[in-house]
Amino acid sequence: MSNAALEIRALRKSYRNGFEALKGIDLTVAEGSFFALLGPNGAGKSTTIGIVTSLISKTSGKVKVFGHDLDREVQEVKRNIGLVPQEFNFNNFEPVAEVVVNQAGYYGIPRREAWKRARHYLGDLGLWDKRKDMARTLSGGMKRRLMIARALVHEPRLLILDEPTAGVDIELRRSMWEFLQDINCDGRSIILTTHYLEEAERLCRNIAIIDHGHIVENTTMRRLLAKLDTETVVLELRTAAQQLPAHDSIRLRRIDELTLEADINRGEDLNALFQLLDGAGIHVQSMRNKTNRLEELFIRMTQAGQSADRGIRSAS
Amino acid sequence: MRALHLHENWTALRTIVTKEVLRFARIWVQTVLPPMITMALYFIIFGGLIGSRIGEMDGIRYMDFIVPGLIMLAVITNSYSNVVSSFFSSKFQRHIEELLVSPVPNSLIILGFVGGGIARGLAVGVGVTLVSLFFSPFSLHSLTVTVSVVVMTSVVFALAGLINGVFARNFDDISIVPTFVLTPLTYLGGVFYSVSLLPDFWQAVSQLNPILYMVDAFRYGLLGTSDLSLTVSYAIIIGFILGLYLFALTLLNRGVGVRN
Repeated sequence: MSNAALEIRALRKSYRNGFEALKGIDLTVAEGSFFALLGPNGAGKSTTIGIVTSLISKTSGKVKVFGHDLDREVQEVKRNIGLVPQEFNFNNFEPVAEVVVNQAGYYGIPRREAWKRARHYLGDLGLWDKRKDMARTLSGGMKRRLMIARALVHEPRLLILDEPTAGVDIELRRSMWEFLQDINCDGRSIILTTHYLEEAERLCRNIAIIDHGHIVENTTMRRLLAKLDTETVVLELRTAAQQLPAHDSIRLRRIDELTLEADINRGEDLNALFQLLDGAGIHVQSMRNKTNRLEELFIRMTQAGQSADRGIRSAS
Repeated sequence: MRALHLHENWTALRTIVTKEVLRFARIWVQTVLPPMITMALYFIIFGGLIGSRIGEMDGIRYMDFIVPGLIMLAVITNSYSNVVSSFFSSKFQRHIEELLVSPVPNSLIILGFVGGGIARGLAVGVGVTLVSLFFSPFSLHSLTVTVSVVVMTSVVFALAGLINGVFARNFDDISIVPTFVLTPLTYLGGVFYSVSLLPDFWQAVSQLNPILYMVDAFRYGLLGTSDLSLTVSYAIIIGFILGLYLFALTLLNRGVGVRN
């Protein structure tokens, strides 16, 4: 038995119209990890997830989940995976609890046990009070949580979430993050795709970036972020700066009369920035990061083949 | 490979069938009641008003003659429409994915949907039978033939509905077959007349219509009268069940209409 939650080797997917969504990707997700799979729209994230969860047929390559081969042991593969898809895909005309209980039934879980688990997961996700409501009456955030409860009811070892917090307000998003961190701490492996790069940076220890059907990066979050050679901060000034001082490892730009941007080289600390500003008589009122650090890297790594419809947005 | 054990398979099958039954039971005013009202109108107009002028058919009062055919008409259309609409709706809303990501084998998915189709077909069949009692005394020649033929016919059309649902890409696609194929074949399948009334050529053409055998065998079960061989009718029904099941299984195994 492999200790990898997911092993993908030379995975290819070509569609009949000739479009090659995956061009032979290799990917390993260690058991117990919280793994981010990032990429621009159309990069191949959802295709990869679709193949792993048997919703899309692969053209070639190997997929193993906890050592079970998708080609030879598809039912074991399915038993070990819980999927939270990008789009709502439950029966809108079923009561909330039935959506979860029926899903348990598909995995052979007896009804009494299924109700027990439905109560547990719907309760944890704040939906037990809504159990008799028709699924269509739930808000967008509740529907997302319903899909998480449904994906967990058969207690899979690998949970795959395809943009689980899309359209969810920040307060709810943070509570979902806590929930996901808790179940990851309990030993469940998690693969997350998201457009909110802050989410990936905050939750995931490992990351792969996919672009145009290729894996362009597959490493730990710490190593990836260490690749940043500069960090940009935005400074709001108390009074307008007359002249900007020069420094070898810090570059200042004027955005408007009371706003500056500073690019600080990796290895340089913020004290040097403040000494520089203080020496020039510039008084800073407040400071913030210009962009999410991961977003900078992401854009850099996927810039080579950028397309017009990339819709990455940052929550920062 | 550890497939679902027998009891797990049974749980999964029961879950799908229960879900399917609850689906049509929740909206019984749209699913079970209308065919009963329609058939009551058939009994009044064709059986009562027109039938009294026709006299007898194959030595049987016309009203009594059409009862088995109308019960069968209701069973066929409801078994078919339940599965085609449920399966297409599960594709349209994408909750078919709940089943596709689970370890339920495709054979059980088929059985589950067919089970729902049989349940609705039989529920409507029993309802229409009860309505028929207001117009015609209940008659049962052979319980075995009656039950086996009605259940197997329901299986045939539930499977056909599933296949239609697999191929359907929009709501038009799920109404084309019932409107342009199923209804004409049923009306021409000896519901309202005995094929022995037709000229030889049209009798031969009618024998290409599988519904004719189903209606005839069911009529034999209830009234004990038949135009065709019961053995041939059973052979045709069983042949259709096997053929349609294998076709549906092949489609699902290949992911036609459900997997990308």
